[in-house]
Amino acid sequence: MAAEDPPHKRDLALNRRHLLSGSAVAGAALDSRAALAAPATETPRDLRAPVAIEVQVNATRFRLSVDPRTSLLDLLRDHIGLTGVKKGCDHGQCGACTVLLDGRSVLSCLLPAVAVRGSLTTIEGLAPSEGELHPMQEAFIDQDALQCGYCTPGQILSAVACVRGGHAGSDDAVRDYMSGNICRCAAYPNIVKAVRQAASKMHASPIGDAAGEG
Amino acid sequence: MQPFAYVRAKDVRSAIQAASSGPPGQAAVQYLAGGTTLFDLMKLEVMTPGMLVDLSGLAHEFEEIVISPAGLRMGALAKMATVAENAEIQRQYPVITQSLLQAASPQIRNMATLGGNVLQRTRCAYFREVDWTACNKRSPGSGCAALGGVNRKHAVLGTSEGCIATYPGDFAQALMVLDAELMIVGTRGPRRMPIADLHRQPGATPHIETSLQPGDFIAGFAIPSGPWARRSLYLKVRDRASYEFAAASAAVALDLRDGVVRDVRIALGGVATAPWRARAAELALAGRRLDDHAAREAAVAAFASARTHGANDDKPELGRRTLARALMQAVTMEL
Repeated sequence: MAAEDPPHKRDLALNRRHLLSGSAVAGAALDSRAALAAPATETPRDLRAPVAIEVQVNATRFRLSVDPRTSLLDLLRDHIGLTGVKKGCDHGQCGACTVLLDGRSVLSCLLPAVAVRGSLTTIEGLAPSEGELHPMQEAFIDQDALQCGYCTPGQILSAVACVRGGHAGSDDAVRDYMSGNICRCAAYPNIVKAVRQAASKMHASPIGDAAGEG
Repeated sequence: MQPFAYVRAKDVRSAIQAASSGPPGQAAVQYLAGGTTLFDLMKLEVMTPGMLVDLSGLAHEFEEIVISPAGLRMGALAKMATVAENAEIQRQYPVITQSLLQAASPQIRNMATLGGNVLQRTRCAYFREVDWTACNKRSPGSGCAALGGVNRKHAVLGTSEGCIATYPGDFAQALMVLDAELMIVGTRGPRRMPIADLHRQPGATPHIETSLQPGDFIAGFAIPSGPWARRSLYLKVRDRASYEFAAASAAVALDLRDGVVRDVRIALGGVATAPWRARAAELALAGRRLDDHAAREAAVAAFASARTHGANDDKPELGRRTLARALMQAVTMEL
């Protein structure tokens, strides 16, 4: 990590990058960038230097300093310690990293943490209270909708968004809406059953439906 | 990922000023909207901008959807999902809704913006993997690994000796058949550009993909109302039923009177290097009764200039059948 490198090493790294980026054109771009990034303060020497950010996760506010390259996924797992969110492909293709942002499902691997605004819900924040499960979590257990469980947090959060958005009216609608979440154990038939089961409960129980909205 | 400076734009002027500091095609500075293409390609080090100018703070200014008798305006920072959920757009411009709902996954549609969508980069595996040194799009003059490589998903229309990468999007084709205009704000103020002028065919410069200038910001899309808008649809054929790019697709907008074509607009996806307006097919249908025979003739005309590269030899026929089916579906649409 940049923050742990001694200052001289950071300078070396930056110089190496200057050399690699090469042309006079790139140099000009770097100069203007520095001026824009910090118009009133000292020119930042190291682009990897931590940037202060603030995020709201499961109704708790966090103030952190991160390298601008940090994804929301890495922020949640490595900086905040919420390891329920999983890293599958890290390229937006598998859905294991799905979280809710202002109630809508998003891929935390494709969001730079510095750009995140709004309220996040992870699997840890979904249950309405300690010792009580969200209807979708219960349904995944009831229907045996998993084998290894690695994709399950993402599946459950997508499933909650699926029901809340009104996309759980038929098995086909569920399959289509859940297509952004891959399950390599192929628990798909039971996942569909679980979403359908929870959908009826979430509609019948407005409290369960609203839980974890963040 | 290479380090970058992050700037959150407070207003349009400062955003444009920041972003116009890079040379064309070099992309030293990039706008960040939904990030679903950009951040991914930065992880792969296919794109290595030195600065990101985050536009999300401008969303309240550029996400509005206005529907009037004159037409439709959509802010470029509107999310794909928001537009896809709009019932009035679905009623009046079904091709828009269908192209959006058949694209990507729900999560990506919740993140990605309309403006970013039309600017998404190709999914060519040789472009996305920097270990393949030959890619004229990524590294001008280095060659094209796809020409003699695994090219089943590569383009057959608009290709060049230098690049056969497929334009992967769906929504731009919907815009094309509706004669949409881009509302652009640039260093010299606002201007308009027909969507058909946005994407460039690769030719000898596959690394220059659009006719946008440094600093240009797509603010929105203006779509005129027209008698073809309601009888419009998007048909997408792909390897799996959802969350997959098009193997072949067709956007069709049709003005039909007593079974005869008064006006038809056709754009193809999954088969071309850019969103592809099929003018030859449109001409083949003008003033004719639209039946299976006419649809097939139009589809043949659409692919008259197709060039295949081995593994994608089946693509022209797939494209022809897709277009013919889309045309006949448009005929039978109940308005």
